[in-house]
Amino acid sequence: MADPAYRPAPADALRVEALGELTAIFDRRSMQTHLVVSPMPEILALMGGEPCNAATLAERLAAAFDLEAEGDATAIVAERLHELAAMGLVAEA
Amino acid sequence: MKHSTRIAVGPVQFRIGSDWREPIAVLERLYAGYPKDEDRPADATVNLFAARPWRRLIRPSVHIGGDFVVPDALPLPLSMGLLAAEMGMNLQVALGWRRHMLLHASAVARDGGAVIMSGESGSGKSTLAALLGESAWRLMGDEFTLIEPASGEALSFPRAVSLKNEAIAEMTARVDPARLGPLLAGTPKGDIRHLIPCADAIAAMREPARPALLLFPRFGGEAAIEPMGEGEAFVRLTEASTNYIALGEPGFAALTRLVRETPAFGISYPDSAAGMMLVEQLWAEAMR
Repeated sequence: MADPAYRPAPADALRVEALGELTAIFDRRSMQTHLVVSPMPEILALMGGEPCNAATLAERLAAAFDLEAEGDATAIVAERLHELAAMGLVAEA
Repeated sequence: MKHSTRIAVGPVQFRIGSDWREPIAVLERLYAGYPKDEDRPADATVNLFAARPWRRLIRPSVHIGGDFVVPDALPLPLSMGLLAAEMGMNLQVALGWRRHMLLHASAVARDGGAVIMSGESGSGKSTLAALLGESAWRLMGDEFTLIEPASGEALSFPRAVSLKNEAIAEMTARVDPARLGPLLAGTPKGDIRHLIPCADAIAAMREPARPALLLFPRFGGEAAIEPMGEGEAFVRLTEASTNYIALGEPGFAALTRLVRETPAFGISYPDSAAGMMLVEQLWAEAMR
């Protein structure tokens, strides 16, 4: 399966505020507020400002949260990346 | 406009014009005790005008105009001029105000702290605020509460309280009749009667208060209190704010701060007395 790389938003574009189980993200470019839950904020944080694909991010998530990066983890992260792209928070590189 | 008046409610200065004398006369009586600031330019204009010039003479009806116009706003019979003025004032503030984040919420204050109550119409937020405003609390507003983005403080908007249906009997039994406006029976919103807030609420209308409690009342069912997380309170208040989107990042910052710093609860209550007790109970717990 193709695993495209996604580019994160520029460092100063997003304002991210954790509100309990929800995270509110203000996108200064679109002036839109997005409300997301895990693992969206974690994915955005782990992109580290660099374009990455789902396989790389699944590995980083596994390392950061002590999870097993096996099975369909990559496919799940790929879906989440696709959703973040639909919100305009990441873009296909 | 043949007739006009100036009204200041909280930080908002209105100019209200009308083709008829009646609505202006009633407004002037309801707002007689409010501080005047004639030198300041009006922030919002509400015009009540005849549908056609000749309609002023035959079967008059009122249209609402001003800085913002909702094309489908109902033409109301002239007897409803007061309701039209109220709707116009709400509309101007809800759509036009940018200096503060506007919440569709009632509020009362005590000891410099504000209890902000947000809910759908029918949740009883206005009646609860009006009743609390007759006790040890200062009524900040029955319909709108403003949040100052820089300080996070709540500002009051104590317009004349719009009592609806059952709330009319509940309040008229408790207050001096001189504080009541005319009964507007059978309006599109049901029966309506305006109540002039207590003198202390009007005198203190420019005194901010620190948000101390966020309540989301729901009328009906057993008395119950349910703590609400920051995320849910945030979502509900974005829905309750009429200008959140227009404010951009300052609105986002003000709202995240508000839900982080202020404990939030959903409350259900079977009657006003139970609702007031829940507010008092949560207030006592928050102040501990």
